[in-house]
Amino acid sequence: MSQAAFADAPVPHRIDTNAPPAIVLDKVNKWYGTMHVLRDVSMTVAQQERVVVCGPSGSGKSTMIRCINRLETHQEGRILVDGTELTDDLRALDTIRREVGMVFQSFNLFPHLTILENCTLAPIWVRKMPKAEAEELAMSYLTRVKIPDQAKKYPGQLSGGQQQRVAIARALCMKPKIMLFDEPTSALDPEMIKEVLDTMIGLAESGMTMVCVTHEMGFARQVADRVVFMDRGEIVESGTPQRMFEDPQTDRLKLFLSQILRGH
Amino acid sequence: MSDTVATAEPGYAAARERPPAGLVGPWAWARANLFSSWWSTAITLVLVYVILRALVGFVEWAFVNAIWSVPYNAQGRPDTAVCQNAKGIGACWAIIGDKYRLILFGRYPYEEQWRPAICVLLFIGLYVVSAMRRFWRKELALIWIATLAVIGVLMWGGVFGLQEVPEDYWGGLPITLILATFGLAFAFPLSVLVALGRRSKLPAIKLLCVLYVELIRGVPLISVLFMASVMFPLFMPAGVNVDKLLRAQIAFILFAGAYLAEVVRGGLQALPKGQSEAADAMGLTYWQKTGLIILPQALRLVIPPLVNTFIGFFKDTSLVLIIGLFDLLTMGKVALSDPPWQSFSTEVYVVLAIIYICFCFAMSKYSRGLEQDLNRARRR
Repeated sequence: MSQAAFADAPVPHRIDTNAPPAIVLDKVNKWYGTMHVLRDVSMTVAQQERVVVCGPSGSGKSTMIRCINRLETHQEGRILVDGTELTDDLRALDTIRREVGMVFQSFNLFPHLTILENCTLAPIWVRKMPKAEAEELAMSYLTRVKIPDQAKKYPGQLSGGQQQRVAIARALCMKPKIMLFDEPTSALDPEMIKEVLDTMIGLAESGMTMVCVTHEMGFARQVADRVVFMDRGEIVESGTPQRMFEDPQTDRLKLFLSQILRGH
Repeated sequence: MSDTVATAEPGYAAARERPPAGLVGPWAWARANLFSSWWSTAITLVLVYVILRALVGFVEWAFVNAIWSVPYNAQGRPDTAVCQNAKGIGACWAIIGDKYRLILFGRYPYEEQWRPAICVLLFIGLYVVSAMRRFWRKELALIWIATLAVIGVLMWGGVFGLQEVPEDYWGGLPITLILATFGLAFAFPLSVLVALGRRSKLPAIKLLCVLYVELIRGVPLISVLFMASVMFPLFMPAGVNVDKLLRAQIAFILFAGAYLAEVVRGGLQALPKGQSEAADAMGLTYWQKTGLIILPQALRLVIPPLVNTFIGFFKDTSLVLIIGLFDLLTMGKVALSDPPWQSFSTEVYVVLAIIYICFCFAMSKYSRGLEQDLNRARRR
């Protein structure tokens, strides 16, 4: 982790505590077969709050974030997104997926479509937006992630960092209220991580509600309102980045911090 | 990085742009592949000799010593004595001249054979139009329906002053093209649905699809055809008569569908899970996801095995001979049963082979072009 990243001015916080919470997880449990992967996970994310989830691999952080838009189903407990509870009701699921954008570790752009088509697909088919309007919207977001000139290319012709920025633009084209990031920089070469993190910082500045699974502690320090530390399927500790990194309360967090700091 | 190298060693890049002379061109290729050692030189020479002998022999038989026509006697029967004398030395193409209409159109009334001829041309036209990507629009479905309707009218007749011709008189190339075209046109969509069904989360649908594929695939095509032609009528109430061609057609569709379903499923299986997840996360419905994201990629992946199966089934249409339908190959056999021509099977089968090769080679050539075309955009 470079010192420069720490020196960057933190993004101002503007959590709206009076508004109803964006995401509520209430005693969520999940098993894969007999393996207990989420244990009584409870967490509330306020509107415009930026939460970074960290923890060792296999700690359930990806599973948790994937439960929020039901790419995984939970077996016990409740999850409410923007006031709507996640159940087997498909209509509720549709509503939630329109409001929640997701960015994956492996980008998951559609390789048979151009960058522009990747971005306009969901607005046209899900939001029923006219094509011209969708393209205009897509171009504005592609400009925002600084790759408007690649719109006619195919994902395979772009670098990893560019692909991930397209993936962010693609998610934003649905005008989501909440953005989920599942290790967005883990599959990238070091020189490309910064361009993606800069895009995410820009997004945070615009007031987007964000839940981000990442190991980028510099990003957490600069952007997060709260850091949540998970280990073995449960939330072990959470707090402001400063408190978490400078004054960890639990041994597990101390161990984790020492390991990732040694790694960098 | 590369800039510094180029400036540090000017001329280095230029000199390396082309490999040294003597490593390219046909001579270099021949030297490397045909004459690299005394052993491979010997094999090359022997093979060249064998190939030349075979080629010269074939040209002499097929062209130089060939008999192109025979005299006809007063009754209009051919006098094949010339051909009998030339047997083994030259081909007797006169049989093709005498029998080509029987082979191509079967027992269809002679004066009406312009109708199946137009149908064959319509089929070929339909293939060509469907192959061109600029016609890949919704209207193509209408073109198909219209063309197939015209073909039906022409073959059956009975309207617009056309003489009615029952299916028992159909035969030859139209039968082969009808079975193959309708067969694959219906089997392919069926196979996509079955392949999707096999991956469905709904247990009943999944079980149904698995049973269908495993049952049909576990039985030879010939027995499916037999069942369709012999057993099926037994289960029908008396008086209800589904004609033989339609029964064979349905059997063929069901059989091809099971095989194609497994090919399509291979493509579905090969797609990374992330594609489906990304589509889900964007809020696309199941059918939007399948139609816009999954199938376009999965089908592209399986073009080679798909065309392989298409070609196999095009040729398998000839198996309908066992239930008494007269396809192209069977008509060749019928033509050979005429006593004066009985001993000239080679000529007939060479011509039939050429017709089959034309269709199959066109398919394989087209699929290779399509593959390159579709993949050009997504170089990785």
